[in-house]
Amino acid sequence: MTAVQTSPGRAGKLLRGRSPSDHRPRKKLVEGYKWWIPWLFLVPTIVSVAAFLIVPLVAGLAIAFAGWNVVSGIEGIEWVGLANFRELLQDDMFWESALRTLFYAGVGTPLTIFVGMLLGLALNRPMPFRGLLRAIFYLPSLANIIAAGTVWLTLLNPQSGLINQALRALGIDNPPGWFVSQDWALPGIVLMSVWISAGYVSLLVIAALQDLPTELYESAKIDGAGAFRQFTTITFPGLVPILTFLLITSFIGRSQGFGTIQFMTQGGPADSTTVLSYYMYEVAFQQYRFGYSAAIAIMSMIAVLILSIFLFRFQRGRGLYT
Amino acid sequence: MTASTELMAPRAGYLRRKRKERLVWLLRGLVMSLLAIVFLVPFLWMISSSLKQNLDIFELPLRWIPDPVEWRNYIQVWTGERSMLRYFGNSTIVVVATIVGELAVVSLAGYAFGRLRFKGQNALFLVFLATSMVPAQLLLVPRFMFFQQIGLYDTLWALILPGLSSVFATFLLRQHFASAPRELGEAARIDGAGEWRIFARIYLPLARPALAALAILIFDSTWNDFEGPLIMISSEEKYTVPLGLTRFMSDDGTVSMGPAMAGSVSSIIPVLIIFIVFQRHFMSSMARVGLR
Repeated sequence: MTAVQTSPGRAGKLLRGRSPSDHRPRKKLVEGYKWWIPWLFLVPTIVSVAAFLIVPLVAGLAIAFAGWNVVSGIEGIEWVGLANFRELLQDDMFWESALRTLFYAGVGTPLTIFVGMLLGLALNRPMPFRGLLRAIFYLPSLANIIAAGTVWLTLLNPQSGLINQALRALGIDNPPGWFVSQDWALPGIVLMSVWISAGYVSLLVIAALQDLPTELYESAKIDGAGAFRQFTTITFPGLVPILTFLLITSFIGRSQGFGTIQFMTQGGPADSTTVLSYYMYEVAFQQYRFGYSAAIAIMSMIAVLILSIFLFRFQRGRGLYT
Repeated sequence: MTASTELMAPRAGYLRRKRKERLVWLLRGLVMSLLAIVFLVPFLWMISSSLKQNLDIFELPLRWIPDPVEWRNYIQVWTGERSMLRYFGNSTIVVVATIVGELAVVSLAGYAFGRLRFKGQNALFLVFLATSMVPAQLLLVPRFMFFQQIGLYDTLWALILPGLSSVFATFLLRQHFASAPRELGEAARIDGAGEWRIFARIYLPLARPALAALAILIFDSTWNDFEGPLIMISSEEKYTVPLGLTRFMSDDGTVSMGPAMAGSVSSIIPVLIIFIVFQRHFMSSMARVGLR
């Protein structure tokens, strides 16, 4: 467990792409090979990236300006200019889904990271069976979404579900309707997602904690800093880089995923769980309006990009290492 | 006498402190164990429900221990008309092909970027890194169209091929190869070894730990992938495990939770086995993803 590799400090070094051997006094390279040899090694990657990334990317950008559906075939592509984007601006469903995405990803992600951080902080202290406990909290992220979703559908069943039974036992007479309620369906999915990924977050947090220099805590103690002050001045700033990283990647992941929603609620009840990514999936694979769905994808890509830049800016100057 | 009590006093304080520390240690373990049980509840409920008759799952009051214990769900899921066996087979093909293919592709590229030298190397690597910024969402529809056009839609190839190159894995192996001693290759070159031999016989074996960690990660993500098959596969005999699971729950409109639960438990077991066997590896490789 101590061999965990992540640390913002080390990550920084890795990103600069220099290994220890490169720092030795430079010998003249003994390049005993033809110039094209390295390119041979790169052929599989270049072919793969071209076929499954560059071509689809260009096509994806292009069809946003076209009307196209499966039935009409490739010949049926009709260039419509900005019509898809114009329609988008007037599509209430688009804006409502965007708002729901903001809730789903914007509330769900920080919540998961917060719970994961608390778990990580707790599991970093000495205690019996620590390794086993860490593994148990990590288990949910091993399950596929269908297995996890199936059991959560029964756990959150309004009448006979375990959770509402527990709430009733605690004296809450009118527990939430979860996936049959317009107000509670999305929170239900958020709850499940916290369960799924909090352990993963805690693992990364523990790794970052172990890389914090112990001398800092010692000198803080000598200066008379209490536990709370130690947390705000050393621990938390030390965690800022990994937390920001998690915030951005999980936010992007969550705002792009449609599988969970597709399985759990199909966007319902009454569209209350139709987030942007699911709306895009629905437009493409149920209404077969590929051009329009590409336009949605581009808009949400731009939104995510802006948000990521904003978060990175926010992080700057707040971490221990910056 | 007085001298010895003076000596004893700090020791008693030390012992008291030590005992208090030990109590806190135990208490912490107790609290976290209780929380861990809460986290385990969905799994326990899944196992319990998989051993119940269909109607008993929603029965009130809740019962944790099924009575009678019903193995029928597992038998149905594994030997019935819709069989887990087929889904497991398909998933295994995709997982093995992806692991072998991706490790081959990324170790070649990682070696070229990390150990070899060529003109435009850094620029090309930057461009390659940038491709990871392209959101999967945008690629979804075009990839679907692409595979339909080349006739690979609704084949397992459509699940294997897009996963062959990976920026993260290439990046990781590039670091690995770059930090391997350069002298080994130089010596072999002087001895007349070809470039392929130097790669395959000298540097690749050195990267074994990184390859193993990657293999575990690829296994985990490929086995659990739901969105890829959802888009690319339409006929049931090509379903992978997660997609197949959806079929157990709604059998011609009737909800049948028992088989769905038995299928769910079955689907997690392979990942769990890998996790337990390679626990140390698993945790550290998961944490390494943090660099992605």
